[in-house]
Amino acid sequence: MTTKKSPRHHPAPFGRALFELFSSMRFAISLLTVLSIASVIGTVLKQNEPYVNYRFEFGDFWFRIFEPLGLFDVYHTSWFLLLLAFLMLSTSLCIWRHVPGMLRDIRGWREKAGRSSLRLMAHHAEADGEANREHVLAHLTQSGFRFRIREHDRVWQVAAKRGAWQKLGYLFAHAAIVVICIGGLLDGNLPLKLMELAGYKAPETRDMPQGQVPEISRLSASNLSFRGNVTVPEGAAADVVFLNAGKGYFVQELPFAIRLKAFHVDYYTTGQPKRFASDIDILDRQSGKIRQSGTVEVNKPMVVDGVAIYQASFGDGGSPLSFARWDLGNGSAAPLDARSQASSALTIAGQPYTLETGDLRVFNIENLGKTESQQSAVTVNKFEQALSQAASVKGEHNLRNLGPSVQFKLRDATGQAVEYLNYLAPQPLDDHLYLVTGMRREVAQPFTFIRMPLDTEGKVDTFMRVHHALLDPQQYPAIAKATADAAFRDGAFSATNRAQFAEVTRSVLTQFGSGGFPALERFLDGKVPAEQRQTVAQTYLKILQGAAVEAFAQAQRQAGLAPLPMDETNYRFLMDSLVATSNLFDYGPAVYLQPTGFTQVQASGFQLTRSPGKTVVYLGSVLLVMGIFCMFYIREERLWVRLEAGRTLIAMTSNRRNADLDHAFAAHRAALLPESAPGAMPKPKPAATPDGEPT
Amino acid sequence: MTTLPAKRPVGAIAFTALVLVAAMISFSRYRGAMDYYEQGILFACAAGLIWFGRFWPAMQRFLPLCGAIALAAIELYDRNLARGGSNFFLKYLLTSQSLVMWMCVLFFLATLMYWIGLLRRSASSLSIASGLTWAAATASLSSSLVRWYEGYLIGPDVGHIPVSNLYEVFVLFCLITALMYLYYEARFAARSMGAFVLLVISAAVGFILWYSFDRGAHEIQPLIPALQSWWMKIHVPANFVGYGAFAIAAMLGLAQLLVSRGILASRLPSYDTLGEVSYKAIAIGFLFFTIATILGAMWAADAWGGYWSWDPKETWALIVWLNYAAWLHVRLVKGWRGNVLAWWSVIGLLVTTFAFLGVNMFLSGLHSYGGL
Ligand code: HEM
Repeated sequence: MTTKKSPRHHPAPFGRALFELFSSMRFAISLLTVLSIASVIGTVLKQNEPYVNYRFEFGDFWFRIFEPLGLFDVYHTSWFLLLLAFLMLSTSLCIWRHVPGMLRDIRGWREKAGRSSLRLMAHHAEADGEANREHVLAHLTQSGFRFRIREHDRVWQVAAKRGAWQKLGYLFAHAAIVVICIGGLLDGNLPLKLMELAGYKAPETRDMPQGQVPEISRLSASNLSFRGNVTVPEGAAADVVFLNAGKGYFVQELPFAIRLKAFHVDYYTTGQPKRFASDIDILDRQSGKIRQSGTVEVNKPMVVDGVAIYQASFGDGGSPLSFARWDLGNGSAAPLDARSQASSALTIAGQPYTLETGDLRVFNIENLGKTESQQSAVTVNKFEQALSQAASVKGEHNLRNLGPSVQFKLRDATGQAVEYLNYLAPQPLDDHLYLVTGMRREVAQPFTFIRMPLDTEGKVDTFMRVHHALLDPQQYPAIAKATADAAFRDGAFSATNRAQFAEVTRSVLTQFGSGGFPALERFLDGKVPAEQRQTVAQTYLKILQGAAVEAFAQAQRQAGLAPLPMDETNYRFLMDSLVATSNLFDYGPAVYLQPTGFTQVQASGFQLTRSPGKTVVYLGSVLLVMGIFCMFYIREERLWVRLEAGRTLIAMTSNRRNADLDHAFAAHRAALLPESAPGAMPKPKPAATPDGEPT
Repeated sequence: MTTLPAKRPVGAIAFTALVLVAAMISFSRYRGAMDYYEQGILFACAAGLIWFGRFWPAMQRFLPLCGAIALAAIELYDRNLARGGSNFFLKYLLTSQSLVMWMCVLFFLATLMYWIGLLRRSASSLSIASGLTWAAATASLSSSLVRWYEGYLIGPDVGHIPVSNLYEVFVLFCLITALMYLYYEARFAARSMGAFVLLVISAAVGFILWYSFDRGAHEIQPLIPALQSWWMKIHVPANFVGYGAFAIAAMLGLAQLLVSRGILASRLPSYDTLGEVSYKAIAIGFLFFTIATILGAMWAADAWGGYWSWDPKETWALIVWLNYAAWLHVRLVKGWRGNVLAWWSVIGLLVTTFAFLGVNMFLSGLHSYGGL
């Protein structure tokens, strides 16, 4: 800023001008404004997303403009750091500029102020008679003033002051800004940024095992400050964390290794999570010996070697899963072993598929809608209902744990995937049990659920037999014949030819077997005139129901079991089977993976930070609060009392001229001015005009 | 800091004695359930209350009254939450929800009376309005105390200080804003300001009503792990002193702008008084907002592993803070007065409101607990 030749105290005009500019209020306010605007950008644009998302969202054109500006990681860009640096510079210079004068001011007494200058002060008053000197001094002491007495030429004048902390407050508050910025920069990635600029380090952008990440993207354990994340499955250990760096990441080595012994989630009775906790061992990197053990919880980090370990997230750590693999084409089942969070190859009907397992969720606590009392007819209108509900701080919820679920995708050779959400436990509905499977083709869509009815043993096998019988064309003739026999035995279709009836039954079965109810409907729409459709549909449905009964019986016999009587329960089972069979047509590859067991392995996500600047920032914060308090709530006051020639003159100034000063002055005046002359001077005018200049 | 002269030293002594006795009773009864920190906090709170009572003598009546109402409710509950729906007094008066409803009604009435008083220059209407505001504030603090207790009736692990969701903090906002306003009203003997300040409280009350009827937000929910922190208990109230103060400043800024155009000029306090109160409010708000932001940083350091993550909520808090820092600078250093500052404080409230509500609604981040 200053040229070399000019000594520090007499900067060249240009340097002087820069100094003036940087230490000016105008510059500070402009900086604050620019900083605010820059900060807003970072909150409106989601930061640190994967870069492909941005390209997708903004398109190539804007992406190419935004990306170099660092708009996807505003707070770590060079220009943002530069802004902060300017704030520091400006605040420092401002302190540099004001503090010497302030200190002088604090130390000074201004005891030489003469009569005329006292009279020029906005708050002054005079009265005949000299105040009692002892009384004056006592009052000043009592009010917390320090004072100096000056006596000359038969003038006795005392200059008093208090509230020096007000000025120190300025120093504290502004120094605090600098201190906090220094702390922040210590913890920011400034050193790393510089190394990146110099080409010593570069983030890794490829997805690869961390051991293979090259040296240029690794940071040693002696790194001064970092903040990174790592996910550790139960039983496993990690000795690195990953630092986010724009498009890629750095691998930060730790001075120790963390092993996750177990992860726990506790729940409230309402189903919300109450506690996330990880039991961990800290291992020596070299020997692998346990150095210490403990539990990390949300809001309860653990500090090792100056590195704080936080509970940041949790998930499934790759749990062994077992499935029953039901082939929907031939109704057979085979066991299948898999692991969550992994992918494996699978052949379905001769086609290659990839099974991509996602999360195993052991608890699925759902609010299943309104409880009975909320639906009751007692609360007649909506408003009354709202009132009665709003009166209680405890809501009634219909919460149920649906038990464990597994989410997975089946991806075919062309890359198309169908996603499934399968529940392990049977789900009750009106006293009947079902296996539930959810399916969707787009991630953004909700799952559509299919309920497969379970038999009296709680198994899906019976349904699978019915399902198979309904879809196997080779069985249709026998089913159709049996259906026709049954119909004529009952006498329901006496007018119709039996063979014709069997033929219709077969065609209904064929239609249903080619695509469920929708196919049957399409068939009707194509063949039957609109005005007859309703009746024909009724008939077809009846026929289908009858055929289903026979298919059921046939399936039982083929499995070597006795057909079940068509009582209410079994009939309902059959109707549910028809619906499920129809729904399964749009289920993607012809396989249903029924979860049958798992061994839960959880994973815990830790955030590890080393932040040496934290203490500095906290210190700055304390200074800041103290400073602001002093500036606002300590009034710097100066008071003069001048006894001269039988008259008393008092005058008062403060750094703030406002109503408080008026009150204070009135109080001192009442205490100090001799009472002989009440109202000798007009009351001080309230400070109303623009004022407030310091000193 | 100037303290109002205590008009009734007897009251001050009685209040001090009451707080001390209450603290001693709590201590002897619940000592076993508290660790040393909590015992320390108990006595620090007692000292704080005594100081507060001396600083603002009206509190010497207000606080014991709210305490008595809460104790009455606790007595009537008799450890059974269901009594809230069966006991007559509880149902219509003393459950936290009834108290909130009373608060809402009283605030609306107070707003109405302030406007009547302002427009008809009726001192008696204004004084009724002031009384209604006091009553509303009483209902508000009592409701929070009762709610605190009700949480524990739902389940010992569910209970917590009611500052954890948007509904609870709105009640807190109404309370703090009303109390701060009542303080300035007495201090500057300027009751007609209430017409403006109560508008913003009424808006908050409207929100509370919508929020509890439409969204059922009044239900007490247990704390998720991230919120189970000691810092929350002071971070949130400190923030709301800030928000309340900024809201008052903005409404007085609005009044100033009207006065400068000659509207209501003869009925409102002088332009400069409004400016002065505005400044006072922003100064105290700024102090508390600073403290709140720092506490938030300390909490974040415990919960998320970093005292500053540039999370949208944090960033907007910084923006609000910078905004008022700039405001204070131009007033105190540059000596600005007048309409520019008034406009600025009105805009400041918009920025603050965005930081408070908008961020939760429109931006996602770590703070996404209080979503609508
Ligand atoms: C960046 C350069 C800055 C400059 C040049 C500057 C300058 C000043 C000056 C000259 C004063 C008047 C002190 C007095 O005589 O009482 C002041 C007051 C103040 N400053 Fe700054 N300041 C700067 C940054 C900040 C920042 C970043 C903050 C953060 C909030 C801040 C907060 C305050 C506050 C609250 C006052 C109170 C005014 C008073 O009580 O008189 N300043 N500033």
